[in-house]
Amino acid sequence: MMSVVVKGGLKIWQRRDRNAQLAIWVSWLAATALFVYCFQLISEKTIWAFVWDAPAQAGDLAARMVPPDWGLIRHLARPIWDTINIATLGTVIAVILAVPVAYCAARNTTPSVTLVRPVALFIIVASRSINSLIWALMLVTIVGPGVFAGIIAIGLRSIGFCAKLLYEAIEEIDEGQVEAVRATGATGAQVSVYGIVPQVLPAFAGISVFRWDINIRESTVLGLVGAGGIGLELNAAITQLHWTQVSLMLLVIIGTVIVSEWVSAKVRHAII
Amino acid sequence: MLRIKGLTKRYRTGDLALKGIDLDVPDSQVMALIGPSGAGKSTVIRCINRLVEPTAGSVALNDTEITVLRSADLRRVRRRIGMIFQEYALVERLTVMENVLSGRLGYVGFWQSWLRRFPQSDIDEAFRLLERVGLDHMADKRADELSGGQRQRVGICRALIQNPELLLVDEPTASLDPKTSRQIMRLIKELCAERKLSAIINIHDVMLAQMFAERIVGLRLGEIVYDGPPNELTPAVLTSIYGEEDWSATIRKAADEDPDSGKDSVVPFERSLSDRDRLAGLT
Repeated sequence: MMSVVVKGGLKIWQRRDRNAQLAIWVSWLAATALFVYCFQLISEKTIWAFVWDAPAQAGDLAARMVPPDWGLIRHLARPIWDTINIATLGTVIAVILAVPVAYCAARNTTPSVTLVRPVALFIIVASRSINSLIWALMLVTIVGPGVFAGIIAIGLRSIGFCAKLLYEAIEEIDEGQVEAVRATGATGAQVSVYGIVPQVLPAFAGISVFRWDINIRESTVLGLVGAGGIGLELNAAITQLHWTQVSLMLLVIIGTVIVSEWVSAKVRHAII
Repeated sequence: MLRIKGLTKRYRTGDLALKGIDLDVPDSQVMALIGPSGAGKSTVIRCINRLVEPTAGSVALNDTEITVLRSADLRRVRRRIGMIFQEYALVERLTVMENVLSGRLGYVGFWQSWLRRFPQSDIDEAFRLLERVGLDHMADKRADELSGGQRQRVGICRALIQNPELLLVDEPTASLDPKTSRQIMRLIKELCAERKLSAIINIHDVMLAQMFAERIVGLRLGEIVYDGPPNELTPAVLTSIYGEEDWSATIRKAADEDPDSGKDSVVPFERSLSDRDRLAGLT
């Protein structure tokens, strides 16, 4: 709230009046006090000796990790291939299912704002609020351990993400183009194909590649709960304290993620 | 011909945009609809092809009552009404050819249009129209690569390939420079004459309306306040449409040439326009 005060014929302008300024100072003071109090609470429950020891421990672990066990690399080809497949197939499933969900969730294309849209929005929220690791945990008990559980987990997790971004893209389209196609006497389906699809296609491709890139990273950990891929090997190596193997796997994962990010950036650049 | 009776539109917000409009547009008449922003010009033409649902009244195109039609019949009647838009409303990421052919969507099935398998006769017609507006070499360009004037010409082709009986034109020149505006208006007028089409042109620019329309209808606050020939637009009439203002620079002088003469001598016509171009900025 800005304030103008007239003082001796001069109009003095300040960004805020005195009360607003005071309120802001009080808020900062309260926030700082809260922070100090919380730090106190955490500090009481922390064994500081361990924390001061951390650099030495980290150094020790690092020392045990080098050199990476390069001999194992041949055995990692298959798990990393599984991981990439989990990410890719999961993304494909998600993208296919996300299209109708997004169509139903977008205010301007939904068949019914009162009935269908809330259902679509619930699907999106449900899918997004459950982490893929939790999806995988549940699916391992349902369909058994392995790559299949991983694919479904990634798929279910990604529907919400893809559908949300896609329906936002649909809501942002230029209605003028849609109106123009409708004015020619086109049917509803034709209006979608000519008026809407061309407008959201770049967003759709960008979202798919972006999610694929995220899924590569997410699928590397799915093995921890038995859903296949390199995470399975990683978990085994950690529990057996084979740190030289762990370091190699981490290097392989980093390499894969870098490649996937590069591909995704290239594809997105090509589309836009 | 188009016959509008008692056309009324009340928006959901409660605003009464049209207060019982009566309007007849005979065959092959080019009519300009002028009026201030918010007078209801856009609503009138959108009520005709029911992009906006009228609240009451009747709209009949050659004895087809449009206001009562169900979806399939409405689509069939929309095929007979071509529409040209202010911001061109081309599908930006489709090619010029696809945009023109989209005017045939009402005539082809879904899979045909999805696979872009339009009948050869439609493709021939599209090329003919593009050639007519001077864009046949652009057929493969994407719509967003074109300039404003070129886009509007594609928009005109899209409307004409429908082989319409009526053209609805919504502010065709609002996004164009004065020279391109005149070219586009002249093109619309010529094409209407060639095809014996009637047209309703919403337009802000009073001088353009006077130059290219044979009949002017003035709309104010959802009511028709003037309906007559262009040369009877006096300052008093303009004041009744737009409100008090100095209209001396807007009214077309009797000495000005007939707009039709532009056809045979383009260059002198354009040159004589330069004064008006400057004045157009004032309106």
